[in-house]
Amino acid sequence: MKIKQLSVFAENKPGRVVAPCRRLADAGVEIRALSLAETARFGVLRMIVDDPARAAKLLADSGFVVKETEVLAVEVVGGAHALAQTLAAIEGLELNVEYMYAFPFDQDGHAVLIFQFDDLDAAIARMQAAGVKLVARNRLQMV
Amino acid sequence: MSSAKQKIQPGFRAESALDYMAPHALRELQLKRLRDVVQRAWENVKHFHDRMDGIGMKPEQLRTLDDVARLPFTVKTDLRDTYPFGLFASPMKEVVRLHASSGTTGKPIVVAYTKTDLEAWTSVMARALAAPGVHEGDIVQNAFGYGLFTGGLGYHYGAERLGATVIPVSGGNTERQIMIMKDFGATVVFSTPTYFLHVIERAQQLGIDMHELPLRIGFFGAEPWTEAMRRHIEEATGIKAFDLYGLSEIIGPGVSVECECQDGLHIFEDHFYAEIIDPDTHEVLPEGAEGELVLTTLTKQAMPMIRYRTRDITCIMPGQCACGRTIRRHRRVGRRSDDMLIIRGVNVFPSQIEAVLLECEGTLPHYQIVLTRERGLDQIEIQVEVTAKVFSDKVGALEGLQKKLADAVEHVLGVRVLVTLVEPSTIQRSEGKAKRVIDRRTS
Repeated sequence: MKIKQLSVFAENKPGRVVAPCRRLADAGVEIRALSLAETARFGVLRMIVDDPARAAKLLADSGFVVKETEVLAVEVVGGAHALAQTLAAIEGLELNVEYMYAFPFDQDGHAVLIFQFDDLDAAIARMQAAGVKLVARNRLQMV
Repeated sequence: MSSAKQKIQPGFRAESALDYMAPHALRELQLKRLRDVVQRAWENVKHFHDRMDGIGMKPEQLRTLDDVARLPFTVKTDLRDTYPFGLFASPMKEVVRLHASSGTTGKPIVVAYTKTDLEAWTSVMARALAAPGVHEGDIVQNAFGYGLFTGGLGYHYGAERLGATVIPVSGGNTERQIMIMKDFGATVVFSTPTYFLHVIERAQQLGIDMHELPLRIGFFGAEPWTEAMRRHIEEATGIKAFDLYGLSEIIGPGVSVECECQDGLHIFEDHFYAEIIDPDTHEVLPEGAEGELVLTTLTKQAMPMIRYRTRDITCIMPGQCACGRTIRRHRRVGRRSDDMLIIRGVNVFPSQIEAVLLECEGTLPHYQIVLTRERGLDQIEIQVEVTAKVFSDKVGALEGLQKKLADAVEHVLGVRVLVTLVEPSTIQRSEGKAKRVIDRRTS
């Protein structure tokens, strides 16, 4: 159920987001989702890629500080109402959300929400009990 | 002498016998050599002769070692003012080697050696390396820069004298450095501590466990380093790390060294006369008191240095070392008086900041201090390179790390600082020595 996410440290200066993305693109790694968390002094670039192990090695060898962490992916089928419904369901579970971001999944207008919780296993259990649809790892990434 | 002899290791080398001289015989030798070197400088170096005239002193007034305190000091600007050859006491036909400092500000300083000087240098370096146990059969990787810098050749000849196998790899090209270390089975390494930290980090990235290499001893010098850094090096590699001190103005590396006890650096007192002075009043301080190290070369021919102010802060340690050597020790140099920064009226040494960064778990000391002035107030920013070990996908954790480091530094210095995490390898490194301070304050 858990998805592998890569995080890359990025200083607040021009070109720091482009560089790791270009490195991955050059090596043929597919980036499915990208999100930048920024503070006044630095940023953390988070990404979901098709081949996390290879991407992590490529980035580390190119001198980036990179970390592999596990996150959860929730599938939303339908439009804005479905999104609101899913979010409401998750909110009701009283889970502590560290961060989240979203990306469109396929042609049918499905979306995927990436969540980081302080306790992933507890989150999986409660979400499954509440009927929230989690995306299996093999649908997003090579396993 | 008999008790000292029992401690002498098998394979003991004749030249190391001087490390165990009876103190009274050593003082006698020092006085004789001091008179000779002062006479030599007085006869051949106009700059020194003028200084002596200025205070109305003649070489024959040196009757005891205590009279050294009456001699004029030599400072770094004296070497710059007489650039390039003004302090030479030998004609050029007797000078067989020149070295020069990197010279970060203006002209470099030039130092000279006669054949006898090179022999003395090789001999003190051999004694220094032998002290914690380098011997014939050791494979020595010399990562100090070869060239104008005294580090490379100084270590090189000392190790060769001991019969060790020297790999003159010089600095830089870290991956090749690690490959050679592994493939040639180096047992000893010479490096600046900063550069060796970089080697450790790179080896970790390459998945090489340095504990599994034959490497057993490292000598580190050419810049001040801390006990915390020693612990870090020893724990990360399983080697024993020794401090070796020296400076080009005096001879290069080889003024003093740690023995296996790692409890202060033994000064090769038959070649160098050491004093500790109060840097402000210039008063000579007693054993145990901290102050500026002042060195006089007792045997140098080409370029005698009389009471050279090193700017290094240390003390002469009272008592005899457990190793049995009779030559006295100075405490490790953790800081230099000209490293001192005055920030909002508070005296700050980069080494204090470094110690704090190392204490905080997982932070390697690749850092830089940037000083600026805003509306008349000094601002201090410490840029710390992020490592994979401390990096997190959570912004809050990284901000927490910045705050933790800033609080820890503030606790020690009493000055509010800003800590900023930066990407790896963004902090400038030159010739293996780290550039620690960028001062952008304009008064």
